[in-house]
Amino acid sequence: MKLPVKMTINGQKVSHEVEPRLLLVHYIREVVGLTGTHVGCDTSQCGACTILLGGQAVKACTMFAVQADGATILTIEGLAKNGELHPIQQGFWEKHGLQCGFCTPGMIMTAYQMLERYPKPTEDQIRHQLEGNLCRCTGYHNIVKAIEWAAEHMAGKK
Amino acid sequence: MYPAAFDYHAPKNVKEALGLLGKLKDDAKILAGGHSLIPMMKLRLAQPKHLIDLGKVPGLSGIKADGKALVIGAMTTHWEVESSSAVKSKLPVLAEVASVIGDPAVRNKGTIGGSLAHADPAADWPAAMIALGAEMVCEGPKGKRKVGVDQWFLGLMATALKEREILVQVRVPLLPAGSGAAYMKFPHPASRFAVVGACAALTLDKQGVCSKAGVGVTGAGTRAVRAKGVEAALVGKRLDAATIEAAAQKAADGVDVQADLQGSVEYKSHLCRVFAKRAITEAVRRAGA
Repeated sequence: MKLPVKMTINGQKVSHEVEPRLLLVHYIREVVGLTGTHVGCDTSQCGACTILLGGQAVKACTMFAVQADGATILTIEGLAKNGELHPIQQGFWEKHGLQCGFCTPGMIMTAYQMLERYPKPTEDQIRHQLEGNLCRCTGYHNIVKAIEWAAEHMAGKK
Repeated sequence: MYPAAFDYHAPKNVKEALGLLGKLKDDAKILAGGHSLIPMMKLRLAQPKHLIDLGKVPGLSGIKADGKALVIGAMTTHWEVESSSAVKSKLPVLAEVASVIGDPAVRNKGTIGGSLAHADPAADWPAAMIALGAEMVCEGPKGKRKVGVDQWFLGLMATALKEREILVQVRVPLLPAGSGAAYMKFPHPASRFAVVGACAALTLDKQGVCSKAGVGVTGAGTRAVRAKGVEAALVGKRLDAATIEAAAQKAADGVDVQADLQGSVEYKSHLCRVFAKRAITEAVRRAGA
């Protein structure tokens, strides 16, 4: 039994018929074709699949696409505007916040929500808020610095 | 990982959800935030033929104070509890518990009612609900009924919720003046589930004597339990360090501690005592503040 779903992803309206058991992350990657959102552990622990659903960071591997019917979604592809990186993306660039890059989309989407909730985060806050995102390359240090860089630059722009 | 195929239902109200549950019976599972059920379905530990999603039912989330209790809708997310101004001002220990569940993304989707109905032995909420003496409000075909927390957790992932009922609300009594409460946990390094968690809610009279104590322990056994021995060793006493230490020694009594990859029975029993002591010590400090 397939069900119709409609949602808005990065400002684009999409609609498809999907099996209820299709995970949101597979819908985004394989049906819609946005492969920036990654599948890492597939057990809700690593955070590589983090997206924003109605403004809230969620793990797209732990949701069915049918649950997101009618939702507004932001993925990593929706951050850069007119060829200009979002300050969080720029921060990861400036501070060498990635090595292999696999965790990066999830890290950036988690940071996006973090800086909305805590615009001037302390280092402890950043580390606590990153608990749901695993990185096996960087040791997190440069990721924390990248988010601090982004927080400073985003504060400057407001 | 792909779960087994199922039919999906998105009822618009509780009555419709109860109707579906009555019709589909054992073949159906209620879907709240999905952060316990969906992982189990992906591992095919659970293979329901039907999912009844409460995500589109209005009125099941939200927090309000009703005189002597905080009334929390079952679909209220952990983040909503963590960030609620009513919680922070009236019962801040609930925000403390919420803030250490899983991680921020899990807290955005996972719900208090889903967690309490699922009754994972390593969940955080059960310890706090026991310490605070919460009541679960269940709705079934014949209306609503309340179940006290001491009658709620029956065993591993088993609760007093009946087959055709839905947990719709959690009522958490407020603490009287002179009280303090704290939750301390040893989190699993990857999942952030509680290897052991202890919550203490204490009331001190004007002379500093403990008049009421609630202590819940989660994580170590097959279900969260009330640490009755600890409570009895606190009530009627001034809570100095030696009294707290002696009381906390009873924290693993009555817990069916399970050995697993995280530790032996001996180690986890020790953690119960250590984290009970930390929670009680902090609750006493907060009661005096």
